[in-house]
Amino acid sequence: MSPAEKGSPNQTMTAPQNTREKDTPPSETDALEGPTPGLTRTKEDSAEDSGLGASALGLRSEGAQRTNDEGKRRPESAQARDAEGVAKRRGLMRFLFSEVGLTFRRPRNLAMLGVLVLVPVLLGVALRAFGGPEPGDGAPGVFTQITGNGLFLTFAALSLLVQLLLPVSVAVVAGDSIAGEAGIGTLRYLLAVPVGRTRLLVVKYANAVIFCLAAVAAVASSALLTGLLLFPAGPITLLSGGTIPMAEGLLRIGLVVLYVAAGMAALAAISLAFSTLTEIAIGAIAATVVLVIVAQVLGVIPQLSGLRPYLLSSWWSGFDGVLRDPVATGEMGQGLLVFGAYIVIFGSIAWARFSGKDISG
Amino acid sequence: MLTVQEDRSSSASSAVPPEARTEDYSIVTRGLTKRFRGGQVAVDHLDLAVPKGSVFGFLGPNGSGKTTTIRMLLGLVAPSEGGWELLGTAMPDGLRTALPRVGALVEGPSFYPYLSGEANLRRYDAADLTVDPRTASARIGEALERVGLTAAARKRYRAYSLGMRQRLAIAAALLRPRELLILDEPTNGLDPQGTREVRGLVKEIAAEGTTVFVSSHLLAEIEQMCSHVAVMRAGRLAAQGPLATLRAAEAVRISVETPDVAAAAAVLADLGLAGVRLGEDREDEVSAELGEKAAERICAELVTAGVAVRGLAVRRPSLEDVFVGLTGEGFDVAG
Repeated sequence: MSPAEKGSPNQTMTAPQNTREKDTPPSETDALEGPTPGLTRTKEDSAEDSGLGASALGLRSEGAQRTNDEGKRRPESAQARDAEGVAKRRGLMRFLFSEVGLTFRRPRNLAMLGVLVLVPVLLGVALRAFGGPEPGDGAPGVFTQITGNGLFLTFAALSLLVQLLLPVSVAVVAGDSIAGEAGIGTLRYLLAVPVGRTRLLVVKYANAVIFCLAAVAAVASSALLTGLLLFPAGPITLLSGGTIPMAEGLLRIGLVVLYVAAGMAALAAISLAFSTLTEIAIGAIAATVVLVIVAQVLGVIPQLSGLRPYLLSSWWSGFDGVLRDPVATGEMGQGLLVFGAYIVIFGSIAWARFSGKDISG
Repeated sequence: MLTVQEDRSSSASSAVPPEARTEDYSIVTRGLTKRFRGGQVAVDHLDLAVPKGSVFGFLGPNGSGKTTTIRMLLGLVAPSEGGWELLGTAMPDGLRTALPRVGALVEGPSFYPYLSGEANLRRYDAADLTVDPRTASARIGEALERVGLTAAARKRYRAYSLGMRQRLAIAAALLRPRELLILDEPTNGLDPQGTREVRGLVKEIAAEGTTVFVSSHLLAEIEQMCSHVAVMRAGRLAAQGPLATLRAAEAVRISVETPDVAAAAAVLADLGLAGVRLGEDREDEVSAELGEKAAERICAELVTAGVAVRGLAVRRPSLEDVFVGLTGEGFDVAG
């Protein structure tokens, strides 16, 4: 029998002595249960969080953040710390660029963008070939005006694609963000670099927002170009009756792009939260798409109309206000508030989940 | 120093001798424990002490908690209990300052399949906020050169062979000078030639003063690479210490081949030999720890007592015997 086998497992055991444990009490709960045992890690991430806040918002210098630990020891090196802060910010931008590069080099994402660009072209060609719907056909207002003014194709294409195709493409990118890295195992290497969990989450979300903007802008540009090529263009007759010059029309299209991108960014936050819950990217993507569809179904059931203001999808196409003079900001303002609320709630869920998660994939 | 964990209570005392400073160790764990949901204990009160500059073998059968330990060391998995230090800094608070000085290969290589080897390294380098991006190309080139992947740098990772993938992972761990390298089964899936290359690389890195912590389930690999070793068994530390000390731990045994096993056993016991065992390998055999006794004297005593001695052998334990004794399980010695 080996010496190791002689040990009795029931023998009393004194607690391991560790002077440092005062700072980080060993957690009794299982780390897989959620963020609780991550308390120790939260410290690390909150320090990192503040550094990030300073770099992202430019409100406070990195040097000011460090006063507590390093500042006391060497107050004379404030300049050095500022330089370090600048280097950190540059480093963060480098990582974001790397992330964006990864997203836009990925064949799958490029294919999705291609489809998004193609749909407005098909829409324009179809309207050109078969003529637009007559007023009273039940088609949304903007569709009836496309053949008269090509700029309306942009509004029409966005209100069409925002229903499903744009949300799906956003879900693919944002849903893949954490789960995809976990699935192929690169997540553990990124965290061992160490990139920092909060920082990784923020960069992933920033990347998703950039993709939202790019996808919406791709749809808008393709629709704009198609509209101008296939249909007459000129001053826009607004829903409120007045007319605005074409240049201002373009400006308002820009507003719509930003509004729709904000709506997609809210969806990206949901998808990111799902992405922290699984190691299977397709699961997070599918969950997001299912959520979108369920929300849209709930949104059209008349008996559930009380639910509508709380559904994200109800607000996505609420950009008619830009076609009024002056721009009717009421509905869009409310929409932006809803988007903001979704981003805060699901961003917090993603953070709470990810900061304490055991990475075993 | 050799610490063989005799029982659970001994694991509560730190593996670091009281007179030593923690700065002399690259890794120190104190009562490190991981319980998974459902109550399974993957790592049970682990006290490791990895001296600076050592090539430290972390040996144990598959499923003995090696990878979970490494995940905890790197802050990927939060321990349920206990604490640890990396490079003299208490974790997990110090992860951000310590990990840039630690290179790691955890549970096989993982890269983006649609990127080239070089682009993959650039990606990991970009995640490191503490490096100078201006030197990135030079460092990446150097790391690729070091593992012999310069020619395949532009090839997509998808097209890499298993050996190339493993080498790329080592290159990623060498993107900047490291004080500690943690390699989890670095030769897994490699052919003999690849294994030799990795072994050479580890020796080379260690010669530069980097501490190397290498896990393996292969005894031969550890024996050829390491100066120190820790042996895991079902989540617990069975033993740790310098390889040479460990080798000397298992007693030299005398084995008697005889038809009168009972009589022979009685004689051996009367002579004060410890650990008398009957017929371990065969039925007509008795063995005991030789201790300080001379084998020829024992032979004479046996004959005097009327035991028919057919054969007598003194067995010096192989390292394998030592480990099998410690872990209670066999090792894949051949690899």
